[in-house]
Amino acid sequence: MLIPSNRIAATFERLRQRGEKALIPYIMAGDPSLAETEALVPALEQAGADLIELGVPFSDPIADGPVIQKAAERALRSGTTLRRILRTVTSLRTRTQVPLILMAYYNTIMAMGEQTFCREAVQAGVDGVIVPDMPPEEADVLQEASQANGLCVIFLLAPTSTATRKAHVIERTSGFIYYVSMTGITGAKLRERDSIKRNVRALRKKARKPVAVGFGIATPDDARRIAAFSDGVIVGSALVQTVEARRHDPDFIQAVSRFTANLKAAVSHDVT
Amino acid sequence: MALIPDKRGRFGNYGGRYVPETLMPALLELEKVYVTLRKDRGFQKEFRERLKQYVGRPTPLYFAKQLTRTLGGAKIYLKREDLCHTGAHKINNAVGQALLTRRMKKSRIIAETGAGQHGVAVATVSATFGLDAEIYMGTEDMERQALNVFRMRLLGAKVTGVDAGSRTLKDAINEAMRDWTTNVRTTHYLLGSVLGAHPYPMMIRDFQSIIGREARRQILTAEGTLPHCLVACVGGGSNSIGLFYPFIHDARVEMVGVEAAGMGLTSGKHAARFAGGAPGVLHGTMTYLLQDSHGQVKLTHSVSAGLDYPAVGPEHAMHHDSGRIQYTSATDEEALEAFDLLSRVEGIIPALESAHAVAEVIKRAPRMKKNQILIMNLSGRGDKDVNQIAQMQGIQF
Repeated sequence: MLIPSNRIAATFERLRQRGEKALIPYIMAGDPSLAETEALVPALEQAGADLIELGVPFSDPIADGPVIQKAAERALRSGTTLRRILRTVTSLRTRTQVPLILMAYYNTIMAMGEQTFCREAVQAGVDGVIVPDMPPEEADVLQEASQANGLCVIFLLAPTSTATRKAHVIERTSGFIYYVSMTGITGAKLRERDSIKRNVRALRKKARKPVAVGFGIATPDDARRIAAFSDGVIVGSALVQTVEARRHDPDFIQAVSRFTANLKAAVSHDVT
Repeated sequence: MALIPDKRGRFGNYGGRYVPETLMPALLELEKVYVTLRKDRGFQKEFRERLKQYVGRPTPLYFAKQLTRTLGGAKIYLKREDLCHTGAHKINNAVGQALLTRRMKKSRIIAETGAGQHGVAVATVSATFGLDAEIYMGTEDMERQALNVFRMRLLGAKVTGVDAGSRTLKDAINEAMRDWTTNVRTTHYLLGSVLGAHPYPMMIRDFQSIIGREARRQILTAEGTLPHCLVACVGGGSNSIGLFYPFIHDARVEMVGVEAAGMGLTSGKHAARFAGGAPGVLHGTMTYLLQDSHGQVKLTHSVSAGLDYPAVGPEHAMHHDSGRIQYTSATDEEALEAFDLLSRVEGIIPALESAHAVAEVIKRAPRMKKNQILIMNLSGRGDKDVNQIAQMQGIQF
């Protein structure tokens, strides 16, 4: 399957050569406002984010826990739409080349039209998209449009995924594989670290594509342990919770940056 | 004849499986088990036996003589799903899926409920089959249907309130899907309507089509001819597809699905997906959906909790586009008038959901000839709604 030669592949390659792991923070676009998202993205990059996921708010986020659901509600209240997020990305691209990945539920993309979305996302400077409610079986329409435009579609694998499904996702994903650490929703407590390690190691061996792990990674300590056997860690709810707690503070951006810098220091710390 | 749905769970352009990867293996397993059991004589026999002995099937096809005379047109028959054990058609599907859960060797079931009828049906089967049950219900619905909440608890189920979004059925489904994602290895999600990812819409249709199979046989015995028209309310669409499906290839039989028009289609406060919605994806399936131009799901309104849902079963979406089934709507006010009329004229208190179908019968029957036959699915009884109606009339008990 065609891998668009974009910022995602280049970033993982650069990290691999340096023997580093990717830190991939997730924030909800438009939480608390798109103006603040525009300030947060460069700050996250400065603090050590290697790639950044931007959540597209949806009214019914079935894969997400309460923290991200509340963030989506705040973002929707601040008037955030997919089109406005793309305008924010366009504006960000004058200042940063950090890989940007949208995490969007299928209906928000479908409402815009799969073709239009892929074209405009790439024009704006988006590198990839993760659609948590789109398994490979339902991906034909979006993937055809994304390939024509050079947008990575990043698929997820879960602890429940069978060998056949793993092979299928390995073949179809581009950019990296998003390994879901647990059977659960975002923001749940991390557990069964040993089985995550086993699964991720086996997956990396087989895939020959980067494997990033997300769901439940909340602390620098979690991030360090998971980074030891993966190509990257995704931190969402814990970061979004910091946004929620500090959004009215004058040093809001610095608080989120500090948390990100701590995570980056943890994934950079060499452990086995 | 083409297989509907196809192997990917598609009803034409609709349906499919839009769920997180974590759930895909469970859906594939469920499909595999169900497709086997569908042809398994032992399973089908056990299902039929339970429906007979426990649910009380077949339910009567009752000739509503007084209603027919009052409306002065078509001969009106009521399919009496209100006489099922627990008071609504929901139990048919709950029994089928509970049997399936046992075959899959899972010990826990979860479910969502709006009006509480499905929740009560699930609590009931969990009691008789010895399964643990947890029912998710929007807190707004818990208030409207306090009696059913109490019934579920009496039956030993855990009822968990959902205080997010519109605090109704949609939010209860979100929460049930999250639970399922977390506990998928031990838990079966006993979905209550022809919604969600494949194989649910197909499987639930099959379990509910006992309604139409009986009605077809009963009307042929009573009248020696097929009906001219079938009427049923459409929330998710399980009672309607249950009645319609066995008649779908009888081209002369007209079918009418009635959605909730709430405070009126122009008020924006309704749950009429075909009148006000567009194709989209919610809760695992592609179908008609009430949404804004950015794909955000709209809040719905209906006096009836069971119809208060922004999406509709994908099989209905297909039949809407092909024109095989006509979809219309009834307002809260029309449903309440119909509720009164059926209570007084026939001595049958309908569920507020079913009252929407009665409202359509009131409009349609007088325009039909006296020798024409109309069958309406009386999907549930109105006992659960009595408290709400009293409150609306300012009466406190």
